[in-house]
Amino acid sequence: MKTDGAEVLSKTVTQDEAAILDAWNAALREGTSLQSGRIREAELQTQVKAVFGQIRDALASGGLDADAAGFASLRETLADISRSRAIQGFTPTDTANFVFSLKEPIFDALKRMLDGDATALAAGVWAAGKVLDRLGLQTMEVFLASREEVIGRQGQEIAELSTPVVRLWDGILALPLIGTLDSARTGVVMENLLQAIVDEEAEIAIIDITGVPTVDTLVAQHLLKTVAAARLMGADCIVSGIRPQIAQTMVHLGVELNVVSKATLADAFAVALKRTGRKVVRQQAPAEERR
Amino acid sequence: MTVTKTETLPVRSGDDVVRVRQRVRALAVEIGLGLVDQTKIITAASELARNTLDYGGGGDVCMEIVQAAMRKGLRLTFEDHGPGIADIEQAMTDHYTSGGGLGLGLGGAKRLSNEFHIESTPGSGTRVTIARWK
Ligand SMILES: Nc1ncnc2c1ncn2[C@@H]1O[C@H](COP(=O)(O)OP(=O)(O)OP(=O)(O)O)[C@@H](O)[C@H]1O
Ligand SMILES: [Mg+2]
Repeated sequence: MKTDGAEVLSKTVTQDEAAILDAWNAALREGTSLQSGRIREAELQTQVKAVFGQIRDALASGGLDADAAGFASLRETLADISRSRAIQGFTPTDTANFVFSLKEPIFDALKRMLDGDATALAAGVWAAGKVLDRLGLQTMEVFLASREEVIGRQGQEIAELSTPVVRLWDGILALPLIGTLDSARTGVVMENLLQAIVDEEAEIAIIDITGVPTVDTLVAQHLLKTVAAARLMGADCIVSGIRPQIAQTMVHLGVELNVVSKATLADAFAVALKRTGRKVVRQQAPAEERR
Repeated sequence: MTVTKTETLPVRSGDDVVRVRQRVRALAVEIGLGLVDQTKIITAASELARNTLDYGGGGDVCMEIVQAAMRKGLRLTFEDHGPGIADIEQAMTDHYTSGGGLGLGLGGAKRLSNEFHIESTPGSGTRVTIARWK
Protein backbone atom coordinates (compact mmCIF):
# COMPACT_ATOMS: atom_id res chain seq x y z
CA MET A 1 0.00 0.00 0.00
CA LYS A 2 1.31 3.41 -0.97
CA THR A 3 1.27 5.95 1.84
CA ASP A 4 0.21 9.48 0.97
CA GLY A 5 2.57 11.82 2.85
CA ALA A 6 0.28 14.79 2.36
CA GLU A 7 -2.59 13.01 3.97
CA VAL A 8 -0.54 11.76 6.89
CA LEU A 9 0.85 15.23 7.45
CA SER A 10 -2.52 16.93 7.25
CA LYS A 11 -4.04 14.49 9.71
CA THR A 12 -1.20 14.87 12.18
CA VAL A 13 -1.24 18.63 12.07
CA THR A 14 -4.98 18.70 12.65
CA GLN A 15 -5.08 16.17 15.45
CA ASP A 16 -1.96 17.19 17.36
CA GLU A 17 -2.42 20.92 17.00
CA ALA A 18 -2.06 21.89 20.65
CA ALA A 19 1.20 20.01 21.22
CA ILE A 20 2.76 21.28 17.99
CA LEU A 21 1.83 24.86 18.81
CA ASP A 22 3.34 24.57 22.29
CA ALA A 23 6.59 23.15 20.92
CA TRP A 24 6.76 25.75 18.16
CA ASN A 25 6.25 28.58 20.64
CA ALA A 26 8.93 27.10 22.87
CA ALA A 27 11.38 26.86 19.97
CA LEU A 28 10.73 30.47 19.02
CA ARG A 29 11.15 31.57 22.62
CA GLU A 30 14.61 30.01 22.58
CA GLY A 31 15.50 31.74 19.32
CA THR A 32 16.99 35.19 19.23
CA SER A 33 13.94 37.00 17.84
CA LEU A 34 12.47 37.69 21.25
CA GLN A 35 15.80 38.34 22.92
CA SER A 36 16.56 41.03 20.39
CA GLY A 37 13.50 42.85 21.75
CA ARG A 38 12.28 43.60 18.24
CA ILE A 39 9.02 41.80 18.81
CA ARG A 40 6.87 41.13 21.90
CA GLU A 41 5.95 37.61 22.88
CA ALA A 42 2.22 38.28 22.58
CA GLU A 43 2.68 39.52 19.02
CA LEU A 44 4.79 36.52 18.11
CA GLN A 45 2.17 34.16 19.54
CA THR A 46 -0.57 35.81 17.52
CA GLN A 47 1.49 35.32 14.37
CA VAL A 48 2.18 31.69 15.31
CA LYS A 49 -1.54 31.01 15.77
CA ALA A 50 -2.54 32.69 12.52
CA VAL A 51 0.16 30.98 10.45
CA PHE A 52 -0.45 27.57 11.98
CA GLY A 53 -4.18 27.77 11.32
CA GLN A 54 -3.54 28.60 7.69
CA ILE A 55 -0.97 25.83 7.27
CA ARG A 56 -3.49 23.36 8.65
CA ASP A 57 -6.21 24.59 6.30
CA ALA A 58 -3.87 24.65 3.30
CA LEU A 59 -2.75 21.09 3.95
CA ALA A 60 -6.35 19.99 4.41
CA SER A 61 -7.22 21.44 1.02
CA GLY A 62 -4.83 18.83 -0.38
CA GLY A 63 -1.45 18.92 -2.03
CA LEU A 64 2.04 19.88 -0.95
CA ASP A 65 2.69 22.54 -3.54
CA ALA A 66 3.23 25.70 -1.50
CA ASP A 67 2.96 27.72 -4.72
CA ALA A 68 -0.56 26.43 -5.40
CA ALA A 69 -3.82 28.31 -4.93
CA GLY A 70 -4.70 26.48 -1.71
CA PHE A 71 -1.69 28.14 -0.03
CA ALA A 72 -2.46 31.65 -1.28
CA SER A 73 -3.72 33.17 1.97
CA LEU A 74 -0.91 31.51 3.94
CA ARG A 75 1.63 32.97 1.53
CA GLU A 76 0.09 36.41 2.01
CA THR A 77 0.26 36.18 5.79
CA LEU A 78 3.88 35.01 5.69
CA ALA A 79 4.75 37.78 3.24
CA ASP A 80 3.23 40.36 5.60
CA ILE A 81 5.22 38.94 8.48
CA SER A 82 8.53 38.94 6.57
CA ARG A 83 7.93 42.43 5.32
CA SER A 84 7.47 43.71 8.85
CA ARG A 85 10.52 41.69 9.95
CA ALA A 86 12.59 43.39 7.27
CA ILE A 87 11.43 46.83 8.34
CA GLN A 88 11.98 46.06 12.04
CA GLY A 89 15.55 45.05 11.27
CA PHE A 90 15.41 41.31 11.99
CA THR A 91 18.33 39.22 10.81
CA PRO A 92 17.74 36.84 7.87
CA THR A 93 18.32 33.91 10.26
CA ASP A 94 15.64 35.03 12.69
CA THR A 95 13.24 35.57 9.84
CA ALA A 96 13.87 32.20 8.21
CA ASN A 97 13.74 30.45 11.58
CA PHE A 98 10.18 31.57 12.11
CA VAL A 99 9.13 28.93 9.56
CA PHE A 100 11.99 26.47 9.94
CA SER A 101 11.54 26.12 13.69
CA LEU A 102 8.17 24.54 12.98
CA LYS A 103 9.94 21.53 11.45
CA GLU A 104 10.99 19.80 14.62
CA PRO A 105 7.60 20.08 16.37
CA ILE A 106 5.91 18.60 13.31
CA PHE A 107 8.49 15.81 12.96
CA ASP A 108 7.97 14.96 16.64
CA ALA A 109 4.22 14.93 16.20
CA LEU A 110 4.54 12.62 13.20
CA LYS A 111 6.68 10.27 15.28
CA ARG A 112 4.09 10.20 18.05
CA MET A 113 1.29 9.65 15.59
CA LEU A 114 2.94 7.03 13.39
CA ASP A 115 4.84 5.14 16.03
CA GLY A 116 6.07 1.94 14.39
CA ASP A 117 4.92 2.65 10.85
CA ALA A 118 8.27 3.56 9.30
CA THR A 119 6.94 3.93 5.76
CA ALA A 120 4.20 6.32 6.76
CA LEU A 121 6.60 8.24 8.97
CA ALA A 122 9.12 8.68 6.18
CA ALA A 123 6.39 9.84 3.82
CA GLY A 124 5.07 12.32 6.38
CA VAL A 125 8.51 13.71 7.18
CA TRP A 126 9.29 14.11 3.50
CA ALA A 127 5.98 15.91 2.94
CA ALA A 128 6.55 18.25 5.89
CA GLY A 129 10.09 19.02 4.70
CA LYS A 130 8.91 19.81 1.22
CA VAL A 131 6.19 22.23 2.32
CA LEU A 132 8.15 23.98 5.06
CA ASP A 133 11.31 24.39 2.95
CA ARG A 134 9.34 26.03 0.19
CA LEU A 135 7.50 28.28 2.66
CA GLY A 136 10.84 29.22 4.22
CA LEU A 137 12.25 30.18 0.85
CA GLN A 138 9.20 32.24 0.01
CA THR A 139 9.61 34.01 3.33
CA MET A 140 13.24 34.83 2.52
CA GLU A 141 12.39 36.09 -0.94
CA VAL A 142 9.91 38.58 0.46
CA PHE A 143 12.34 39.50 3.24
CA LEU A 144 15.14 40.26 0.79
CA ALA A 145 12.89 42.19 -1.58
CA SER A 146 11.68 44.29 1.36
CA ARG A 147 15.26 44.91 2.53
CA GLU A 148 16.15 46.12 -0.92
CA GLU A 149 13.15 48.42 -0.89
CA VAL A 150 14.22 49.80 2.48
CA ILE A 151 17.79 50.31 1.29
CA GLY A 152 16.67 51.96 -1.91
CA ARG A 153 14.45 54.35 0.01
CA GLN A 154 17.24 55.14 2.47
CA GLY A 155 19.54 55.91 -0.44
CA GLN A 156 17.03 58.39 -1.77
CA GLU A 157 16.53 59.91 1.65
CA ILE A 158 20.28 60.31 2.08
CA ALA A 159 20.53 61.95 -1.33
CA GLU A 160 17.96 64.49 -0.27
CA LEU A 161 19.14 64.86 3.30
CA SER A 162 22.77 65.38 2.41
CA THR A 163 22.06 68.27 0.09
CA PRO A 164 20.46 70.86 2.30
CA VAL A 165 20.24 74.43 1.12
CA VAL A 166 20.96 76.74 4.04
CA ARG A 167 19.74 80.32 4.26
CA LEU A 168 22.60 82.36 5.68
CA TRP A 169 20.98 85.77 5.43
CA ASP A 170 18.23 87.53 3.48
CA GLY A 171 18.98 86.70 -0.12
CA ILE A 172 22.10 84.66 0.63
CA LEU A 173 22.01 80.86 0.37
CA ALA A 174 24.67 78.27 1.00
CA LEU A 175 24.87 74.78 -0.45
CA PRO A 176 27.44 72.69 1.41
CA LEU A 177 28.22 69.69 -0.77
CA ILE A 178 29.52 66.55 0.94
CA GLY A 179 30.63 63.30 -0.66
CA THR A 180 30.64 61.88 -4.13
CA LEU A 181 28.68 63.85 -6.68
CA ASP A 182 27.24 61.20 -8.92
CA SER A 183 24.71 62.19 -11.52
CA ALA A 184 21.66 61.06 -9.54
CA ARG A 185 22.59 63.10 -6.49
CA THR A 186 23.66 66.10 -8.51
CA GLY A 187 20.21 66.29 -10.06
CA VAL A 188 18.66 66.54 -6.60
CA VAL A 189 21.22 69.13 -5.52
CA MET A 190 20.56 71.33 -8.49
CA GLU A 191 16.78 71.14 -8.13
CA ASN A 192 16.94 71.96 -4.42
CA LEU A 193 19.19 74.94 -5.01
CA LEU A 194 17.10 76.39 -7.84
CA GLN A 195 13.90 75.93 -5.85
CA ALA A 196 15.46 77.63 -2.84
CA ILE A 197 16.67 80.51 -5.02
CA VAL A 198 13.09 81.06 -6.15
CA ASP A 199 11.59 80.64 -2.67
CA GLU A 200 14.06 82.94 -0.95
CA GLU A 201 14.43 85.37 -3.84
CA ALA A 202 18.13 84.85 -3.34
CA GLU A 203 20.72 87.05 -4.98
CA ILE A 204 23.74 85.00 -4.07
CA ALA A 205 24.28 81.26 -3.71
CA ILE A 206 27.47 79.95 -2.14
CA ILE A 207 28.40 76.43 -3.25
CA ASP A 208 30.85 74.98 -0.76
CA ILE A 209 32.85 71.98 -1.96
CA THR A 210 35.03 71.44 1.12
CA GLY A 211 33.45 67.99 1.53
CA VAL A 212 33.83 66.85 -2.07
CA PRO A 213 36.80 64.45 -2.24
CA THR A 214 37.46 64.53 -5.98
CA VAL A 215 36.71 67.18 -8.57
CA ASP A 216 37.01 65.57 -11.98
CA THR A 217 35.57 66.79 -15.28
CA LEU A 218 32.16 65.29 -14.49
CA VAL A 219 31.90 67.09 -11.14
CA ALA A 220 33.20 70.26 -12.78
CA GLN A 221 30.56 69.99 -15.47
CA HIS A 222 27.84 69.55 -12.84
CA LEU A 223 29.10 72.65 -11.03
CA LEU A 224 29.19 74.64 -14.27
CA LYS A 225 25.64 73.63 -15.10
CA THR A 226 24.41 74.53 -11.61
CA VAL A 227 26.09 77.93 -11.78
CA ALA A 228 24.61 78.62 -15.21
CA ALA A 229 21.12 77.59 -14.10
CA ALA A 230 21.35 79.73 -10.94
CA ARG A 231 22.38 82.67 -13.08
CA LEU A 232 19.27 82.24 -15.19
CA MET A 233 17.21 82.40 -12.01
CA GLY A 234 18.86 85.71 -11.18
CA ALA A 235 21.36 84.54 -8.59
CA ASP A 236 25.15 84.73 -8.71
CA CYS A 237 27.19 81.83 -7.40
CA ILE A 238 30.34 81.84 -5.34
CA VAL A 239 32.27 78.58 -5.04
CA SER A 240 34.10 78.10 -1.76
CA GLY A 241 36.17 75.40 -0.13
CA ILE A 242 38.42 74.58 -3.09
CA ARG A 243 41.35 72.98 -1.26
CA PRO A 244 44.87 73.64 -2.61
CA GLN A 245 45.35 70.14 -4.01
CA ILE A 246 41.98 70.37 -5.75
CA ALA A 247 42.86 73.76 -7.19
CA GLN A 248 46.10 72.37 -8.65
CA THR A 249 44.32 69.37 -10.09
CA MET A 250 41.68 71.55 -11.71
CA VAL A 251 44.40 73.62 -13.36
CA HIS A 252 45.98 70.47 -14.83
CA LEU A 253 42.61 69.22 -16.00
CA GLY A 254 42.09 72.56 -17.73
CA VAL A 255 38.78 73.17 -16.00
CA GLU A 256 37.72 76.77 -15.51
CA LEU A 257 34.68 77.46 -13.41
CA ASN A 258 34.50 81.17 -14.32
CA VAL A 259 32.94 82.11 -11.02
CA VAL A 260 34.16 83.99 -8.00
CA SER A 261 35.80 81.51 -5.70
CA LYS A 262 36.93 81.85 -2.11
CA ALA A 263 39.02 79.61 0.10
CA THR A 264 36.46 79.25 2.85
CA LEU A 265 32.74 79.53 3.34
CA ALA A 266 33.38 82.42 5.76
CA ASP A 267 35.28 84.38 3.10
CA ALA A 268 32.53 83.70 0.59
CA PHE A 269 29.90 84.88 3.09
CA ALA A 270 31.83 88.11 3.66
CA VAL A 271 31.88 88.76 -0.09
CA ALA A 272 28.18 87.98 -0.33
CA LEU A 273 27.33 90.42 2.48
CA LYS A 274 29.39 93.14 0.86
CA ARG A 275 27.80 92.59 -2.53
CA THR A 276 24.34 92.87 -1.05
CA GLY A 277 25.27 96.17 0.54
CA ARG A 278 25.98 95.00 4.07
CA LYS A 279 28.94 95.33 6.32
CA VAL A 280 30.01 93.41 9.39
CA VAL A 281 31.60 95.66 12.01
CA ARG A 282 33.05 94.93 15.42
CA GLN A 283 30.93 96.31 18.24
CA GLN A 284 32.34 98.76 20.74
CA ALA A 285 33.92 96.50 23.36
CA PRO A 286 30.95 95.18 25.39
CA ALA A 287 30.53 95.94 29.08
CA GLU A 288 31.65 92.59 30.45
CA GLU A 289 34.89 92.65 28.54
CA ARG A 290 35.85 96.01 29.95
CA ARG A 291 35.70 94.84 33.55
CA MET B 1 61.68 47.68 -12.84
CA THR B 2 59.66 45.23 -10.78
CA VAL B 3 56.01 44.98 -9.96
CA THR B 4 55.50 44.46 -6.23
CA LYS B 5 51.72 44.36 -6.09
CA THR B 6 48.94 43.84 -8.60
CA GLU B 7 45.20 44.01 -8.31
CA THR B 8 42.39 44.20 -10.81
CA LEU B 9 39.00 45.82 -10.40
CA PRO B 10 36.00 45.82 -12.73
CA VAL B 11 34.74 49.07 -14.22
CA ARG B 12 31.16 48.29 -15.08
CA SER B 13 29.04 50.77 -13.15
CA GLY B 14 29.11 54.17 -11.55
CA ASP B 15 29.70 52.49 -8.19
CA ASP B 16 32.76 50.77 -9.65
CA VAL B 17 34.19 54.18 -10.56
CA VAL B 18 33.83 55.24 -6.93
CA ARG B 19 35.54 52.03 -5.79
CA VAL B 20 38.39 52.55 -8.24
CA ARG B 21 39.00 56.01 -6.81
CA GLN B 22 38.99 54.62 -3.27
CA ARG B 23 41.46 51.84 -4.13
CA VAL B 24 43.75 54.22 -6.01
CA ARG B 25 43.73 56.49 -2.98
CA ALA B 26 44.69 53.61 -0.70
CA LEU B 27 47.54 52.48 -2.99
CA ALA B 28 48.78 56.06 -3.45
CA VAL B 29 48.95 56.40 0.34
CA GLU B 30 50.70 53.04 0.56
CA ILE B 31 53.58 54.15 -1.68
CA GLY B 32 53.84 57.41 0.20
CA LEU B 33 52.54 59.90 -2.34
CA GLY B 34 51.83 63.36 -0.93
CA LEU B 35 48.37 64.87 -0.85
CA VAL B 36 48.75 66.73 -4.14
CA ASP B 37 50.11 63.72 -6.04
CA GLN B 38 47.43 61.48 -4.51
CA THR B 39 44.75 63.87 -5.70
CA LYS B 40 46.29 64.01 -9.17
CA ILE B 41 46.38 60.27 -9.74
CA ILE B 42 42.95 59.74 -8.20
CA THR B 43 41.48 62.37 -10.49
CA ALA B 44 43.24 60.94 -13.56
CA ALA B 45 41.96 57.47 -12.61
CA SER B 46 38.45 58.86 -12.24
CA GLU B 47 38.61 60.29 -15.79
CA LEU B 48 39.90 57.09 -17.36
CA ALA B 49 37.51 54.88 -15.43
CA ARG B 50 34.58 56.95 -16.59
CA ASN B 51 35.76 56.83 -20.21
CA THR B 52 36.10 53.05 -19.91
CA LEU B 53 32.54 52.90 -18.64
CA ASP B 54 30.87 55.48 -20.88
CA TYR B 55 32.67 54.96 -24.19
CA GLY B 56 34.30 51.55 -23.84
CA GLY B 57 31.13 49.88 -22.57
CA GLY B 58 32.87 48.79 -19.39
CA GLY B 59 36.17 47.05 -18.75
CA ASP B 60 38.82 46.52 -16.11
CA VAL B 61 41.55 48.41 -14.40
CA CYS B 62 44.81 46.78 -13.39
CA MET B 63 46.58 48.57 -10.57
CA GLU B 64 50.25 47.94 -9.92
CA ILE B 65 52.78 49.18 -7.46
CA VAL B 66 56.09 49.32 -9.31
CA GLN B 67 59.62 49.71 -8.03
CA ALA B 68 62.40 51.12 -10.19
CA ALA B 69 65.85 51.85 -8.79
CA MET B 70 65.07 53.96 -5.72
CA ARG B 71 61.58 55.03 -6.73
CA LYS B 72 58.15 53.61 -6.15
CA GLY B 73 55.27 54.29 -8.43
CA LEU B 74 51.64 53.54 -9.09
CA ARG B 75 50.73 52.30 -12.54
CA LEU B 76 47.15 51.98 -13.72
CA THR B 77 46.01 50.28 -16.91
CA PHE B 78 42.44 50.75 -18.09
CA GLU B 79 41.29 48.32 -20.71
CA ASP B 80 38.04 47.84 -22.55
CA HIS B 81 36.82 45.93 -25.57
CA GLY B 82 34.56 48.67 -26.84
CA PRO B 83 34.47 50.46 -30.19
CA GLY B 84 37.98 51.89 -29.85
CA ILE B 85 39.11 55.34 -30.95
CA ALA B 86 39.62 56.00 -34.65
CA ASP B 87 41.45 59.29 -34.29
CA ILE B 88 43.51 59.35 -31.11
CA GLU B 89 44.95 62.78 -31.78
CA GLN B 90 41.47 64.24 -32.02
CA ALA B 91 40.35 62.41 -28.84
CA MET B 92 43.35 63.83 -26.98
CA THR B 93 42.54 67.37 -28.08
CA ASP B 94 41.21 69.49 -25.25
CA HIS B 95 37.50 70.21 -25.50
CA TYR B 96 36.90 67.48 -28.06
CA THR B 97 34.03 65.30 -26.90
CA SER B 98 31.71 62.90 -28.65
CA GLY B 99 29.49 62.45 -25.63
CA GLY B 100 28.55 65.89 -24.32
CA GLY B 101 31.38 66.07 -21.79
CA LEU B 102 33.91 68.82 -21.34
CA GLY B 103 36.37 66.93 -23.52
CA LEU B 104 39.13 67.38 -20.95
CA GLY B 105 39.40 63.87 -19.52
CA LEU B 106 42.12 62.34 -21.68
CA GLY B 107 44.26 65.49 -21.94
CA GLY B 108 43.75 66.12 -18.22
CA ALA B 109 44.73 62.56 -17.28
CA LYS B 110 47.92 62.98 -19.32
CA ARG B 111 48.80 66.26 -17.61
CA LEU B 112 48.06 64.77 -14.18
CA SER B 113 50.39 61.80 -14.70
CA ASN B 114 54.13 61.32 -15.10
CA GLU B 115 53.61 58.73 -17.79
CA PHE B 116 50.75 58.35 -20.21
CA HIS B 117 50.24 55.82 -22.94
CA ILE B 118 47.19 55.16 -25.08
CA GLU B 119 46.59 52.51 -27.67
CA SER B 120 43.34 51.78 -29.39
CA THR B 121 42.15 49.63 -32.25
CA PRO B 122 38.85 50.60 -33.83
CA GLY B 123 36.47 47.72 -33.43
CA SER B 124 38.39 45.94 -30.70
CA GLY B 125 39.06 48.24 -27.79
CA THR B 126 41.18 50.76 -25.94
CA ARG B 127 43.97 50.57 -23.41
CA VAL B 128 45.26 53.56 -21.46
CA THR B 129 48.17 53.32 -19.04
CA ILE B 130 49.24 56.02 -16.63
CA ALA B 131 51.85 56.12 -13.89
CA ARG B 132 52.72 58.49 -11.11
CA TRP B 133 56.11 58.26 -9.39
CA LYS B 134 57.00 59.24 -5.88
N1 LIG C 1 37.75 54.08 -23.78
C1 LIG C 1 37.29 54.78 -24.84
N2 LIG C 1 36.69 54.11 -25.87
C2 LIG C 1 36.21 54.82 -26.94
N3 LIG C 1 36.27 56.15 -27.07
C3 LIG C 1 36.86 56.86 -26.07
C4 LIG C 1 37.40 56.22 -24.92
N4 LIG C 1 37.93 57.17 -24.12
C5 LIG C 1 37.72 58.33 -24.74
N5 LIG C 1 37.09 58.18 -25.93
C6 LIG C 1 36.72 59.22 -26.89
O1 LIG C 1 37.55 60.33 -26.66
C7 LIG C 1 36.78 61.50 -26.43
C8 LIG C 1 37.50 62.43 -25.50
O2 LIG C 1 37.59 61.85 -24.18
P1 LIG C 1 37.74 62.79 -22.94
O3 LIG C 1 37.78 61.96 -21.71
O4 LIG C 1 38.92 63.69 -23.19
O5 LIG C 1 36.46 63.71 -22.99
P2 LIG C 1 34.95 63.32 -22.58
O6 LIG C 1 34.93 62.02 -21.87
O7 LIG C 1 34.13 63.42 -23.81
O8 LIG C 1 34.55 64.49 -21.59
P3 LIG C 1 35.10 64.65 -20.09
O9 LIG C 1 36.05 63.54 -19.81
O10 LIG C 1 35.77 65.98 -20.06
O11 LIG C 1 33.91 64.62 -19.20
C9 LIG C 1 35.48 60.98 -25.91
O12 LIG C 1 34.42 61.90 -26.12
C10 LIG C 1 35.31 59.70 -26.72
O13 LIG C 1 34.82 59.99 -28.01
MG1 LIG D 1 36.16 61.57 -20.28
